[in-house]
Amino acid sequence: MFEALSADEWRAVTLSLRVSAVATAVSLPLGILVAYALARWEFRGRQLLNGLVHLPLILPPVVTGYLLLITFGRKGYVGQFLDQWFGIVLAFRWTGAALAAAVMAFPLMVRAIRLAVEAVDPKLEAAASTLGASRLWVFATVTLPLVLPGIIAGAILAFAKAMGEFGATITFVSNIPGQTQTLPSAIYAWMQVPGGDDRAFRLVLVAIAIAMAALLLSEWVSRAVARRISGQ
Amino acid sequence: MTLSVALHHRFAGFTLDAAFEAPAGVTALFGRSGSGKSTVVNAVAGLLRPDRGRIVLDGTELLDTDAGRILPPHRRRMGYVFQDGRLFPHLTVRQNLLYGRWFAPKGQGADPGRIVDLLGIAPLMDRRPGGLSGGEKQRVAIGRAILSNPRLLLMDEPLAALDEARKAEILPYLERLRDELHLPILYVSHSVAEVARLATTVVLLEAGRVTASGPAAGMLADPALAPAMGLREAGSMIFARVTAQEEDGLTRLETGGGPVFLPDVGAAPGATLRLRILAQDVMLATERPRGISALNVLAARVEEVRLGEGPGAMVRLRLGEEHLLARVTRRSVRVLDLRPGASVFAVLKTVSVGRENVGTAV
Repeated sequence: MFEALSADEWRAVTLSLRVSAVATAVSLPLGILVAYALARWEFRGRQLLNGLVHLPLILPPVVTGYLLLITFGRKGYVGQFLDQWFGIVLAFRWTGAALAAAVMAFPLMVRAIRLAVEAVDPKLEAAASTLGASRLWVFATVTLPLVLPGIIAGAILAFAKAMGEFGATITFVSNIPGQTQTLPSAIYAWMQVPGGDDRAFRLVLVAIAIAMAALLLSEWVSRAVARRISGQ
Repeated sequence: MTLSVALHHRFAGFTLDAAFEAPAGVTALFGRSGSGKSTVVNAVAGLLRPDRGRIVLDGTELLDTDAGRILPPHRRRMGYVFQDGRLFPHLTVRQNLLYGRWFAPKGQGADPGRIVDLLGIAPLMDRRPGGLSGGEKQRVAIGRAILSNPRLLLMDEPLAALDEARKAEILPYLERLRDELHLPILYVSHSVAEVARLATTVVLLEAGRVTASGPAAGMLADPALAPAMGLREAGSMIFARVTAQEEDGLTRLETGGGPVFLPDVGAAPGATLRLRILAQDVMLATERPRGISALNVLAARVEEVRLGEGPGAMVRLRLGEEHLLARVTRRSVRVLDLRPGASVFAVLKTVSVGRENVGTAV
């Protein structure tokens, strides 16, 4: 079936994989930090942070895309700054698609990791500190390993969400073949073309295959990790 | 070794206001649940920050709230054995044991092989905590605390979560720790039996205050403290030296009040043992009883009689250099005319034996 894909279609598939992988990898450290902060720290503005993180889950994706455009577009404050100082342009580039996917997937990632952090017994961390581990060491040697299943679940969930992201992406970076045309954008584009149904359907099959593979992988990995840390 | 503790901490509906000194050996922090024992230990470990307080160990200041100095837990080097073990589930027994060693000063402290042997956990090394029994977990937790090379071992009711059989399994290991490692231990307990077996010093905590403290033998034999210990549990602890193994299976031990015969105690002649004698297991007679099945009758002198609020009374007896506590009725006190100075014979119904290394028995 894959050899049946045209160069265009193949590009959309690889672009989607790259966008999702980068979005997940880059947002993961921040996701762990935010999840840990929401689960463990008492600070002013905690509810505000929680709301901000979850906003993309509830807002219409087109609104998120629009907000990204006016913030990170060439005329946006952050976009201008990034362009002038670092030469980074996000609007209408694949990196912008990755940003949109990361923002949309972030709430799912944070939720999964936060639940895992809340499940870690603080008594174990206290025990580690009496054995001589500083807070950073406690985090690295006790908290992080115990949260690992949640991190993996969150990362895979985020990856899957990023693969399927459409609304915010197309609003922020449009639908440029080879540049910003992800798998969902490509399916959408072919559906608009008379006689493009066949090609759209092939891509739908690819999307289903990738989603299934991701789910199976996540199931397998989290089971292996859970077995390892359950102490059996 | 001296640990000096002074704490003031206010919870909702409870105020802790405790000060005590713990010399070398095992210091038992004894009291009912809710008396503030765990709070004290957590403050010593640095897991709880008291409102006010000062804790000094051998000249090293761990906490001085007035001066604003608070050493974080990971820099205090306290080996903490928790009631619930708290082994790291994602690590093997071996990794758990060596966890604290990684952070400890290099080239010092107990040899892991020796501790593993001492605690009998060699066969468990490659297993994970989830598959261990309660007693095994607790032994690993003790090993982990010791191998972090602590200056002081804190034990918060390490046996409370275990059934009687498991307790009996672990107590000998604790005795060996006390006698062989010379590591000072602050031991929280609400069991008089454990205190009698392990403690060198007892600090009695009641409703957040230290109401008495002193050497274990004296504290256990104090009639005034018997209510705090619990009347059924109250009893004295005396030291006895094994003198002979007799042909009929009994072991002869020498005490301050004469010989005591016990079924084979499994100790060689010359060894010093702790005998715990419950106050309610001591009968008193004004003449040496004859025609009686009890083997252990000790000559003693009445030192103090304390009448209880009910029909009971506690009598402290002097036995050479040591003390015995007897629980009798007020009527018996009257009929036998028990008063300080009177000579009596104490009939011991039951004696339980604990190990004591000659080196630490005084």
